[in-house]
Amino acid sequence: MKIYGVAILAGCFLIGHLVGDFLGVWLHIDGNVGGVGFAMLLLIVLSDWMKKKKYLPEETERGILYWNAMYIPVVIAMSSIQNVKAALTGGWVAVLVGLFGTAFCFFLVPIVAKIGEKRQTDTNQNQQ
Amino acid sequence: MNIIEKLIEKNGFVFAFLVVGVIMYLSYQASKKLTNNKIPGAAIAISAGLVLAYFGGKKGISDIPLFSGMALLGGSMMRDFTIVATAMGASFSEIKKTGLVGVLSLVIGIVVTFFIGGSIGYAMGYTDAKSFATIGAGACTFIVGPVTGTAIGATSDVIAISIAIGVIKSILVTICTPIIAKRIGLNNPHTAMVFGGLIGTTSGVAAGLAATDPKLVPYGALTATFYTGLGCLLCPSVLYFIIDSIL
Repeated sequence: MKIYGVAILAGCFLIGHLVGDFLGVWLHIDGNVGGVGFAMLLLIVLSDWMKKKKYLPEETERGILYWNAMYIPVVIAMSSIQNVKAALTGGWVAVLVGLFGTAFCFFLVPIVAKIGEKRQTDTNQNQQ
Repeated sequence: MNIIEKLIEKNGFVFAFLVVGVIMYLSYQASKKLTNNKIPGAAIAISAGLVLAYFGGKKGISDIPLFSGMALLGGSMMRDFTIVATAMGASFSEIKKTGLVGVLSLVIGIVVTFFIGGSIGYAMGYTDAKSFATIGAGACTFIVGPVTGTAIGATSDVIAISIAIGVIKSILVTICTPIIAKRIGLNNPHTAMVFGGLIGTTSGVAAGLAATDPKLVPYGALTATFYTGLGCLLCPSVLYFIIDSIL
């Protein structure tokens, strides 16, 4: 049944957030540290294991995939509730810092990605 | 008219589905017919959302009662729930391979952004350590900025600027990611994870990747979700102490 998939998703979501909340308390931050990330990791590991054990029939999986497909519509709704006016009236400091800070990080992406690739080929070679 | 308005206000969440569905249909048609699929439909739809937001107030279009349901559909609960769902189908071995580089990109992303943001603010007249740190933190995300500013006691106008910086960043990332993706090699899970760690603003990363290639969303979102938490940890502490001792 589809609801089983939705329930699995909800369970992972809540456990991940719980871990993130505990991590926040432990680090003395008023907030959630990586709750969504933990939830994603949990879902990946759990669904992988369930598939291998054949505990995850297609109908159950469809319950998760439905919400997977709803992701872009949700993001569109999210963009329509941003404080766009404030962003445009924050003054030149806001515009310049936003622009250059973002541009520089874009520029760093291929450089850091390359470090990673090099490391991977190195370890691959070592393994061989 | 009154009856229709009342009906929609009462069923705002359902109405939001209809509104988003119509936006998506029109955007995907525009993508196909006007741009020959060159600009992805999702990118047009997300930009349309931002334009709609301009007509509202602090909470975008949802400040208008008729569209209040958009706040629920686009709120953090639904956003996180659907982001987690994208993990279904992500490859665990790919994530394990990039794991360490992902952590590295998070730290580099926060530290570099903090100092660049703060330095620009410094050059424009915000020369005290508290303003430097708050503006630098705002360059990370619109959550890290106010959290840092409040923690170290910055003035409220600087905190407002830090929020504006974060929002501008999130919008820029949303719009620019699909345009610049090819040039920075953003077409595989490995680079997507590095991208999420360096840029960090979850909504921008998620929306930008969705418009570039939906398959990359889980990888970018996975690292990006750790960014705000780590930023809230580093900016008001270590990074602020460093700046405070220099200025």
